Amino acid sequence: MNTPAIVAEDVSRTYQLDGLSVPALRGVSLTVEPGDYVAIVGTSGSGKSTLMHLLGGLDRPTGGTLLIGGRDVARLTPNELAELRNTTIGFVFQSFHLLARTTAQDNVGLPLVYRGIGRRERRERAAAMLDRVGLAHRITHRPNQMSGGEQQRVAIARALVTGPSVLLADEPTGNLDSATGQSVLALLESLNDDGVAVVLVTHDREVAARARRQIVMRDGLISATR
Amino acid sequence: MRLAEAWRVALDALRANRLRSLLTMLGVVIGVAAVVALVAIGTGTKEQIERQVEGLGSNLLLVVPGRIEAGSAPTSSPLTLDDIDAINRVVGDRTRVAVTIASGETVRAGSRTGFSSMQGVLETTPTVFVRRLDRGSYLTRTDVSTGRRVAVLGAGTARDLFADRDPIGRQITIGGVRFRVIGVFEPLGQSLGVDRDSEVHVPVTAAQRLLGTERIDGIAIRAPDRERIGELSDAVVAALAERHPDTDFSAVTQEQILGVLGDILGVLTGVLAAIAGISLLVGGVGVSNIMLVSVRERTKEIGLRKAVGARPRDIGVQFLLEAVLLTTTGGVLGMLLGGSAALLVDRLSPVPAALTWWSMALAFGVSAAVGIVFGVVPAQRAGRLDPVVALRTE
Repeated sequence: MNTPAIVAEDVSRTYQLDGLSVPALRGVSLTVEPGDYVAIVGTSGSGKSTLMHLLGGLDRPTGGTLLIGGRDVARLTPNELAELRNTTIGFVFQSFHLLARTTAQDNVGLPLVYRGIGRRERRERAAAMLDRVGLAHRITHRPNQMSGGEQQRVAIARALVTGPSVLLADEPTGNLDSATGQSVLALLESLNDDGVAVVLVTHDREVAARARRQIVMRDGLISATR
Repeated sequence: MRLAEAWRVALDALRANRLRSLLTMLGVVIGVAAVVALVAIGTGTKEQIERQVEGLGSNLLLVVPGRIEAGSAPTSSPLTLDDIDAINRVVGDRTRVAVTIASGETVRAGSRTGFSSMQGVLETTPTVFVRRLDRGSYLTRTDVSTGRRVAVLGAGTARDLFADRDPIGRQITIGGVRFRVIGVFEPLGQSLGVDRDSEVHVPVTAAQRLLGTERIDGIAIRAPDRERIGELSDAVVAALAERHPDTDFSAVTQEQILGVLGDILGVLTGVLAAIAGISLLVGGVGVSNIMLVSVRERTKEIGLRKAVGARPRDIGVQFLLEAVLLTTTGGVLGMLLGGSAALLVDRLSPVPAALTWWSMALAFGVSAAVGIVFGVVPAQRAGRLDPVVALRTE
């Protein structure tokens, strides 16, 4: 566990919009250690979402070097990158992104589908993970039968089911009331205590303050670290 | 992703939009049903005609004046019974030679009237063609040589004129001339669109007197075996050409008739199937359209699946299977529908229909192919979606 989970060196990302080059990231360097707890803060348009997409292997940098789990993203094929996301990264989104017609259990088991794991084992592992996030009693419920907080816990269980080394959470409390948000944060922190690195993207200073480190983004650059 | 899992996801997606899936399927159902039913009708018609031509007799050679080709005008026949003597010498067996002179005539028995095809024939007709009697006896050589006014009735004519009474020995008039009924044929049905049961056979000599002519319309010869048909055909045509230098004669075999009819029906069936195939194509376009809508609707789902590790291929396969599942289900339903329609037509209408395994297999294969062809573009589009963009879509 000595290699860093994620290493970004002078990473930039420029979008081409109608022939115009729009830089979203302009050279960001950042290391996420195993078991780290990092908050990335910044106003909208600061580049923090772009950074999170890069750190999660959803996107590729247009400049600089990005290593995820020790592997150079620039040298990976789309399939290898998909596999890297599956094995190394767990995503938690602001709007949960659960499959609407699917039970909590099968939502959690979804990433295992792309590992070729059979249905029975998927359900066993998903049930164990739902138990871990305190939703053992919600296994057969569908998203519309659950509260926002419960849905986000299902999403966290889904992110964890593959045993990733990093959880990337994009405004995980953004759609929740503050009490529910607190309990979701508490869950993320307890997972962090178990050794999973957590990278939290938020514009909420209070949420950010709970992290071990804060990285403040502004105009596509890191403007401060705390 | 395992294939079984992909099927499950595809099935699930189709179930989520039941009505839409059904309506999309309908295009394929109609297309496949049309292909299956029309091919069945084409095949059934062809088989029926083949049976009818073969049912005439075996190793037949039909000789008619004129050329048998498209656009040729009918030739008035120069043939007479003297020519038959010449042909009998060529063939060497007079029981193998039959003639006909045909005319539509009104037939009457008492107050009942019917319309029949009067056939002036030799007594050899039953030894040349397959023609069985139900009752009584057929014409004799003496009947023919003396021009006796006796008649053998088709089953339909017998029924029209005599209903349930036995016609044997009774008088009828044909074209106003009295004849005595000596036999009734077994029912034969239609062959090549002609109602064979309304025929009345009379001695050719009697028919010629009634019509005031010496001519005969056509000659049929039954060859002893298949191998000698060609040889016999040449010899007969040569003999006739010598006697009538100004007239062309044509001799055709059953095989030639079958070949020509088979070609025509084959083309006809092909054209029908192609027209039906167009509706299958339109159904395919519908599938493509709905799949594109489905991809757009589920952009977020695609983004999420990619985020948790789906490869572009996994997503593409998922959507492709959805399209294939849609069209093959439609294909199976279409097969059932088209098959039932064909059976119904066969049973309830005079049009024959025969289901063939190859048309069913073809229809199913084509429907699967339609799914693949029309599913590929939406599937590729889904597979290539940028996960970042997809996740951001609301």
